[in-house]
Amino acid sequence: MSGKNTDQGKRQFLVAATTVAGGVVAGAAAVPFVASMLPSERAKAAGAPVEVDLSTLAPGEQKTIEWQGKPVWVVRRTKDMLDTVRGNDSNVADPDSKKKMQPAYATNEFRSIKEEYLVVVGICTHLGCSPVGKFAKQAEAFDPNWQGGFYCPCHGSLFDLAGRVFKNKPAPDNLVVPPYKYLSDTRIVIGEDTKGA
Amino acid sequence: MAATTPKEPVQFTGAGPLNAPISGVLTWVDQRFPLMALWRDHLSQYYAPKNFNFWYFFGSLAMLVLVIQIVTGIFLTMHYKPSATEAFASVEYIMRDVPAGWFIRYMHSTGASAFFIVVYLHMFRGLLYGSYRQPRELIWIFGMLIYLCLMAEAFFGYLLPWGQMSFWGAQVIINLFDALPVIGPGLSEWVRGDFVISDATLNRFFAFHVIALPLVLLGLVAAHIMALHEVGSNNPDGVEIKKHKDAQGHPLDGIPFHPYYTVKDIVGVVVFLFLFFLVVFFMPEMGGYFLEYNNFIPADPLKTPPHIAPVWYFTPYYSILRAITEDFMLVLAIGVASYAALIWFTVRDRRIGIAAVVIALVLAVLMIGGPLALEAKVWGVAMMGAATLIFFILPWLDRSPVLSIRYKGTLSKAALTIFIITFIVLGYYGTQTVTPAGTLISQIGTLIYFAYFLLMPWYSVMDKTKPVPDRVTM
Repeated sequence: MSGKNTDQGKRQFLVAATTVAGGVVAGAAAVPFVASMLPSERAKAAGAPVEVDLSTLAPGEQKTIEWQGKPVWVVRRTKDMLDTVRGNDSNVADPDSKKKMQPAYATNEFRSIKEEYLVVVGICTHLGCSPVGKFAKQAEAFDPNWQGGFYCPCHGSLFDLAGRVFKNKPAPDNLVVPPYKYLSDTRIVIGEDTKGA
Repeated sequence: MAATTPKEPVQFTGAGPLNAPISGVLTWVDQRFPLMALWRDHLSQYYAPKNFNFWYFFGSLAMLVLVIQIVTGIFLTMHYKPSATEAFASVEYIMRDVPAGWFIRYMHSTGASAFFIVVYLHMFRGLLYGSYRQPRELIWIFGMLIYLCLMAEAFFGYLLPWGQMSFWGAQVIINLFDALPVIGPGLSEWVRGDFVISDATLNRFFAFHVIALPLVLLGLVAAHIMALHEVGSNNPDGVEIKKHKDAQGHPLDGIPFHPYYTVKDIVGVVVFLFLFFLVVFFMPEMGGYFLEYNNFIPADPLKTPPHIAPVWYFTPYYSILRAITEDFMLVLAIGVASYAALIWFTVRDRRIGIAAVVIALVLAVLMIGGPLALEAKVWGVAMMGAATLIFFILPWLDRSPVLSIRYKGTLSKAALTIFIITFIVLGYYGTQTVTPAGTLISQIGTLIYFAYFLLMPWYSVMDKTKPVPDRVTM
């Protein structure tokens, strides 16, 4: 083969066409591998609703339930605890729960269906640690004037007893209120609600 | 005399005297594979500056630790079970029932920390003597890729024991992706393979840890060394030894790597192994710094440990992540604006000035632009990422006429000292629980960390340097 009669234009076209075709094939070949890392059908099927019995919960106590592999807290708030929420509007970033971190039926002052029971996903909206309940009114290292709420040990985010995040903390949003509904006065189901309730 | 011209004899420089059968075998191999040529190019005829000092131990030590990690890792996989129900128990099984299992596992866990100690000292050597400067930019970049790869390797490996810190550490880091606008939540689901950290996550992290990343790591190490041997090693004086050569074309200030530096490095290896096994045998947990106490508790998805911190080698970046709070955004925006102003008033090329101002404006809007601003959490992740990636552009930030700290002036010396202190202070606060004072110190540290790099084009030029010798000094 001598180079004299080479049609350079044709050669360049063939090289470009082969490169493009090869690139498309390589990209398509990546699809099954990338797809294989998505949540599997089994993972999607897991996470059925969970029922919780509230009758064993004393006032001021907290219960942790696993739902979809995540901790869900149910806190039975006393009058005193509700008062701290009421007086806390100026300290929190989103006092009126404007951001959609809760279903419509929990978009209220106490972010719950019944004000006595707080139901929230116990995962910090910053980086997913599970905050710790610090319900006692006492001076804490993170706040000398602590009124009770939740403290995230990972990055120091604070939440009040309605799951509302304090201002100037790493967490951007209030704790998520999962969909839930009352089956009776003392039983709730988490992960299921009546639409529009 | 044979009629045909004899083949050029193979040279065995530096390989010592060989008897006939071996030399025959070598000739046979060499006609088919460049065995002796590789030996010559990379060992017996690779001329390294004769003035290497203490800081030059850490390259070969890093290779040693890599070998330790690979060998111990292979034997650990023989007993370990990458499943959420069995992982924790299988690690305990290795510790209690597998003969010498505890020894192999402690070598692996100590090796992880040793790797970072050695690599941090190796990087510090680069900062000291300007080893990243032209023509060694690619060596530095390959090295930084190795460092990133190593961080990923350490992160994936840390999930495998399936303890409390494994679980919650992974939870926090994967949720970093969640912070990214638009693609975040989908991306973190894809990485986890589930909606929470689960068996699927553990299984794939195992795959990354034992095969994917080690392959990448080995390739990068090969590239790092090939690039080094292409341009030649820097030295504590930062002078080019190839400028002065003898009649054979060898650098006057160079000596063959083998036997001179192989022997020197063996001394380093002996001292290193003394210290390494001191830790392995007598303090494998290193007071909770190498193996965290909370990781001896099986993973509990419902309960975060009261105090959570990454392993020590990640803590400087972790501090930067935690330092970015909503009220710090204004300071950051002012910092960006002043930097743009500095560029505007000192760089003569107006195009660069305009570009800087435009970029600064965009950043400032994304930082404090009310409804347009990104959350502080996104910026925390961005700053943490930037803190690791900024090393990549170091070769183009340093504009000093000299390479080595020996001939740099007070400004550069002070800057490097302050940077190292800042790095250690950030590292310390990364291990501590959040306090207002700790956050303030981390914020100041974050500013100093970035100032060290971003102001370098100015202070490295303003600095009063000393004259550089023509030849290396001992």
